[in-house]
Amino acid sequence: MPIVIALVLIAVGSVAFHLWNPWWLTPIASNWQYIDATIAITFWITGVVFTAVILFMAYCVFRFRHIPGRQAAYEPENKKLEWWLAIVTGVGVAAMLTPGLFVWSQFVTVPANATEFEAVGQQWNWAFRLPGKSGRLGTSDVKYISSDNPLGVNPNDPNGKDNIVIVGDDLHLPVGKPVKVLLRSVDVVHDFYVPEFRAKMDLMPGMVTRFWFTPIRTGEFEILCAGFCGVGHPQMRGKVVVDTESDYQTWLGKQQTFAQLSTPAK
Amino acid sequence: MSEVTADTVGSIGPAEVPEVELYHAHTWLTKYVFCQDAKVIAIQYSLTAMAIGLVALVLSWLMRLQLAFPGEFSLIQSDNYYQFITMHGMIMVIYLLTALFLGGFGNYLIPLMVGARDMAFPYVNMLSYWVYLLAVLILVAGFFAPGGPTGAGWTLYPPQAILSGTPGHEWGIILMMASLILFIIGFTMGGLNYVVTVLQCRTRGMTLMRLPLTVWGIFTATVMALLAFPALFVGCVMMTLDRMLGTSFFMPSIVELGQQLTYSGGSPILFQHLFWFFGHPEVYIVALPAFGIVSDLISTHARKNIFGYRMMVWAIVGIGALSFIVWAHHMYISGMDPYFGFFFATTTLIIAVPTAIKVYNWVLTLWRGDIHLTVPMLFALAFIVTFVNGGLTGLFLGNVVVDVPLSATLFVVAHFHMVMGVAPIMTVFGGIYHWYPKVTGRMLNETLGRVHFWVTFVGAYAIFFPMHYLGLLGVPRRYYELGDTAFIPASAATLNVFITVAALIVGAAQLVFLFNLFWSLSRGKESGPNPWRATTLEWQTPQTPPGHGNWGKDLPIVYRWPYDYSVPGAEQDFIPQNQPAFAKVG
Repeated sequence: MPIVIALVLIAVGSVAFHLWNPWWLTPIASNWQYIDATIAITFWITGVVFTAVILFMAYCVFRFRHIPGRQAAYEPENKKLEWWLAIVTGVGVAAMLTPGLFVWSQFVTVPANATEFEAVGQQWNWAFRLPGKSGRLGTSDVKYISSDNPLGVNPNDPNGKDNIVIVGDDLHLPVGKPVKVLLRSVDVVHDFYVPEFRAKMDLMPGMVTRFWFTPIRTGEFEILCAGFCGVGHPQMRGKVVVDTESDYQTWLGKQQTFAQLSTPAK
Repeated sequence: MSEVTADTVGSIGPAEVPEVELYHAHTWLTKYVFCQDAKVIAIQYSLTAMAIGLVALVLSWLMRLQLAFPGEFSLIQSDNYYQFITMHGMIMVIYLLTALFLGGFGNYLIPLMVGARDMAFPYVNMLSYWVYLLAVLILVAGFFAPGGPTGAGWTLYPPQAILSGTPGHEWGIILMMASLILFIIGFTMGGLNYVVTVLQCRTRGMTLMRLPLTVWGIFTATVMALLAFPALFVGCVMMTLDRMLGTSFFMPSIVELGQQLTYSGGSPILFQHLFWFFGHPEVYIVALPAFGIVSDLISTHARKNIFGYRMMVWAIVGIGALSFIVWAHHMYISGMDPYFGFFFATTTLIIAVPTAIKVYNWVLTLWRGDIHLTVPMLFALAFIVTFVNGGLTGLFLGNVVVDVPLSATLFVVAHFHMVMGVAPIMTVFGGIYHWYPKVTGRMLNETLGRVHFWVTFVGAYAIFFPMHYLGLLGVPRRYYELGDTAFIPASAATLNVFITVAALIVGAAQLVFLFNLFWSLSRGKESGPNPWRATTLEWQTPQTPPGHGNWGKDLPIVYRWPYDYSVPGAEQDFIPQNQPAFAKVG
């Protein structure tokens, strides 16, 4: 019977597709393996439920298809069964929510030893700012933006003078060190998204948003914008290079500070 | 006192209000155009919704062609691609699904199923359709305006929606705002009708707990709409003011492509809260009527009472209420206070419980049923499959930390299409095949119906199930081309081609349905008054299609709940709601 076969094929085929398709989470490059683990738990629970419900449906359609003389049962409700099913569902939901909220509580708690950097988004490119030797980022405002101050760093804030400003170039990070990403947009909503890092967050104009992660392996990773920002949205790309500590220091030494950038070279 | 017993005659209370004299139309214009009969209004809503839905369907083909063959079509560029996705999304959610379920199915079925002659306010009901039509025309005008329609995404987030980097920022966005505002006005007019009719115009003996689940679904959805749409309304008004008068409700200080703008102090995230406070109930406004309809399709075609009717009613009401406290799961990574994530993840996963109960009850209705595999039943089964799939992927996205990597990827696109697009559309089709005989007196062609079913069901599953895995990979949404992106393998492009081919085939199958719809009007087999042998009141009218006033001289009196199928000892395997007692056999 076609529909019974179709239901069985959908259940079995979906599981088979899941197990054998070539598309899975991009290999992780950050500390957020717990997110991957929660995804795996969720796949197990939802996978079992999906398969069970569809196969049971297929069985019912087959076993109780109309044949002359069949009469349906008359059973308006079954309180005991309904409560039991509700409780089992509640347990299943809790089994997904509990690890999920546990990991979320880690996500919202930035480690004390995290260093900061700022990613500034605008239509349609990325720029970055790192604290300099003073370790503090200067304040900023959109009203300070000009051709030699593209990030709008406050020129009157002494903390900003030694900030390292990266425009039109890659961001480097040292491997193994937790980092807090401060996100700032000068125009519309954007999103700083590196699939390998898993963590991401929107840039919301008018406020500074944040998230944290720890890169766990060296490599080059592409930044994509994941918040629709107009016609240039798919082309708004950047690159994060995760370096060993010594390579990172080498790179850092070559970068320009805000003071250098905003002072015309003599 | 339980209503759910087999033979409840009891005492039927007298009518609480006198019958109101209906307006009787005499001119062609008042009989067929400005008609106050809810059945005519229902058909007007349905045909308009389906027509604009076809536009949105064609837009989806254009989008899929671009994604499968990027750059191959010179007519599809970045700006019109974004206009296509915006209009596709807005039309499908609001102008097709909401209008069809509430304005179409609601207008036709509510008066009939509650035993009324018409809606409570027929004149306002008539006006509501014309306001809806005007809203549709203004929306369509966007295609012809300078700069074209808005390409801001159906979510219309500021600041980009009104800035120059987004297509349609000149006129398109203004027309969209005007259209939505009018739509909401029209739907308030209609919505008040649906709610008041269910509460006040039920016939004698029709208690709330004897209403068919179709009515419960549409009624609850309408109450939600009346409460949720105002949030969208004010958001649209404020965005229009920002756009036209330079106010800064949603606009902070901005440097746009090098220029300092005069806005300052506004909050883009405020718009997101307003939009999603509407937007999340909206998806349940689409889903709840589907839930109600599918319950009635399954019970009728399996000749078995819906299992757990009372829990089904409570689940509908519970889901409706809970849907107002989950909205920020659309905003987990918006930059809002992250501690909100704990609250909204919890409420979102809680809403899974009543939803799951409904799924179990549908399947348990099939258990020990007498299942007739008619076309409506096939579509009902397809609904369960696709809704379970789409609902389960919602558990990934609702669990806040899992949403972090998956949001704004194709995983979200696959999820909402499966749960809100494919599943409710299955009930739309099932409902049309089921009630077409009531509306026209003829059956839709069975063979064409099966062809339509198989291609649509299998095809739609093939489009959206694999798409989840592109999202898992990390492929973002709202990218009109992926370009050279290192982490995306070449096989993803192959999958995009496969999905596009499936989409075009499913699209073509809808032509079979459209042909059937119009061909059967004159050539369909005559159906008689109750071809499915159903219990609910709409099938018990003296005329088919029902005449003006629905019931002839005497309103029906209801003696039982709507699910007296296969009652032990009864003569037939169904007892209509207005049948007082059944002759016992043996």
